[in-house]
Amino acid sequence: MVAPVEPKKIVIEPVTRIEGHGKVTILLDEERKVKQARLHIAEFRGFERYVHGRPFWEMPVLVQRLCGICPVSHHLCAAKAMDKVVGVDELTPTAEKVRRLMHYGQMFQSHALHFFHLCSPDLLFGFDADPAIRNVIGVAKEYKDLAVQGVMMRKYGQEIIRITAGKKIHGTGAIPGGVNKNVSIEDRDFLLKDIDQMLEWARGALKIAKDYSVEHLEAVKVFGSFDSNHLCLVRDDGAMDLYHGNLRAIDKDGNKIIDQVEPKDYLEHIKEEVKPWSYMKFPFITKLGPEEGWYRVGPLARLNACDFIDTPEAEAARKEFVALTDGKPNNFTLAYHWARMIETLHSIEVIQQLLNDPDLQGEDLVLKGERRPEGIAILEAPRGSLFHHYEVNENDQVTRCNLIVSTTNNNTPMNRAVERVAKDHLQGKEEITEGLLNHVEVAIRAYDPCLSCATHALGQMPLVIELMDANGELLARREKDV
Amino acid sequence: MDDRKPLILVIGYGNPGRLDDGLGPALAKAVEDWNLPQVHVDISYQLSVEDSHAASVHDFVIFVDAAVSGTDEFHFRELSPEVSMSHTSHHLDPASVLGLAHALFNSNCRGYELGIRGYAFNDFGEKLSVGAGENLQAALAFLKPLLNEGMSQLDQSSETLTSKRL
Repeated sequence: MVAPVEPKKIVIEPVTRIEGHGKVTILLDEERKVKQARLHIAEFRGFERYVHGRPFWEMPVLVQRLCGICPVSHHLCAAKAMDKVVGVDELTPTAEKVRRLMHYGQMFQSHALHFFHLCSPDLLFGFDADPAIRNVIGVAKEYKDLAVQGVMMRKYGQEIIRITAGKKIHGTGAIPGGVNKNVSIEDRDFLLKDIDQMLEWARGALKIAKDYSVEHLEAVKVFGSFDSNHLCLVRDDGAMDLYHGNLRAIDKDGNKIIDQVEPKDYLEHIKEEVKPWSYMKFPFITKLGPEEGWYRVGPLARLNACDFIDTPEAEAARKEFVALTDGKPNNFTLAYHWARMIETLHSIEVIQQLLNDPDLQGEDLVLKGERRPEGIAILEAPRGSLFHHYEVNENDQVTRCNLIVSTTNNNTPMNRAVERVAKDHLQGKEEITEGLLNHVEVAIRAYDPCLSCATHALGQMPLVIELMDANGELLARREKDV
Repeated sequence: MDDRKPLILVIGYGNPGRLDDGLGPALAKAVEDWNLPQVHVDISYQLSVEDSHAASVHDFVIFVDAAVSGTDEFHFRELSPEVSMSHTSHHLDPASVLGLAHALFNSNCRGYELGIRGYAFNDFGEKLSVGAGENLQAALAFLKPLLNEGMSQLDQSSETLTSKRL
């Protein structure tokens, strides 16, 4: 038996101001076969310390600065946690529905952006196509109407956020115990005038994702795929609910591991493991341990774990989706795209329902209860389950903060996907080909990770792949988007 | 050439919660306070595809961001429209926003990048460093006459202008 040989040195570049630095290290064994592939993401953990000492009511605004991609998710999750702190377990109908409108607007714009801007080039041109064509400008040239749809869907979702949160960034709409404004008739009508168009485009996007998956089923089944557990919130009747619910986790066969776990009890069921080679933690389901208890989150997990969707068109689409795997969980990495478009359709259906609900114009916006020292909330953000946990002292200052963001929840799955791709496509070669680079990109992209949280600036967003032998010696290195 | 005054869009982007990464939004806020006719201002965490639609209905777009390197207080250069794709993030660079505005919305808008040198990024905080604050003032002093005159001072070249050469 050969003793495991650890690489001599793995370089994770120190946290620079660029959080979008994705680095993949592929380790070969003595026989030059892929032993392990690791995705390194330089997550910045300082934010949890930054909020210490700040008044709790600032949190919904402050935490938005954590992420430039999904600030609304952090805004709402922090507000939900602070509802608990101010002793409110149930919001007024108006506050609940305004927040839901904001959240589903965020989901709609985020999913649309991912699909049209990042994913559609892979699906429309094939991910072996020349990268010079396989990009958004290629889509703009060959499928201009589709590209315009993507932009306008994103813009529509942003308008919902502007109307419900007050502005596009640093929105203040959600406050502890409720919201600070309702939706005016004028704003409602402004959004309603385009709703049919958005529904039609969402149906079209879903068709593209579904048709691709069905037509390329054999490739979809194997590409970066692996069995996994799946975790998300579900409503108490098992329905998909992206704003609020209790935790459910299922295994690769659909058996429930945990179910209806209230967010306040998450620490009894979820732990985070630290690994020396990554800044990001590795969450797992406690009772299964770190080796068996890791899970996927996000659209694929939500489609797999929920019992049904409570909007008609998305539910019909869900039934088609689960039929593909005979009702068992779908463990195909590329099925994320199809699942994401079902959620996009669901989101716009929910938005339509909400816009036609007169509660949006209600005047009862905020409730107050008995102060509590702790607030815990979970939200289904576009990329998956988002956990916010705060402790607050008698002076109303935050004394402890723990956040588990969606991309952290998907940490192990992304590593597995990259490893699967590396094993399938490297096959004894000691060079990082354009094809391998593309396939690694496609595998990572399926999870829609938020690698660029918090900051960016004029600079780089590189993907770096390094190939190392069993002794940790660098064999090859290739960079993209530097 | 029609006689109407050109419409100008200033997009300041960055994360104001990350120290000097807030240079873009800080400049945009200052420009907004000037209340200049024909000048629209937008503030974002980062650029995204829908900015291409906003850009397309203007004659000039100025993208303002923090610059992580350089010896000058700021740089100002015309952009060539192009589109590059990042491997994952939703972030677009200014040239790509311009490229999409041209490709998707048949716009001929001209784009410029105003990069203001920042120095402190690796922490959370809402204050600009002293140096970044000084650079911001220099960039504002440079920009104001350009906006007041509808960008008419700019020649047709795409030469990079820096604070040392102005």
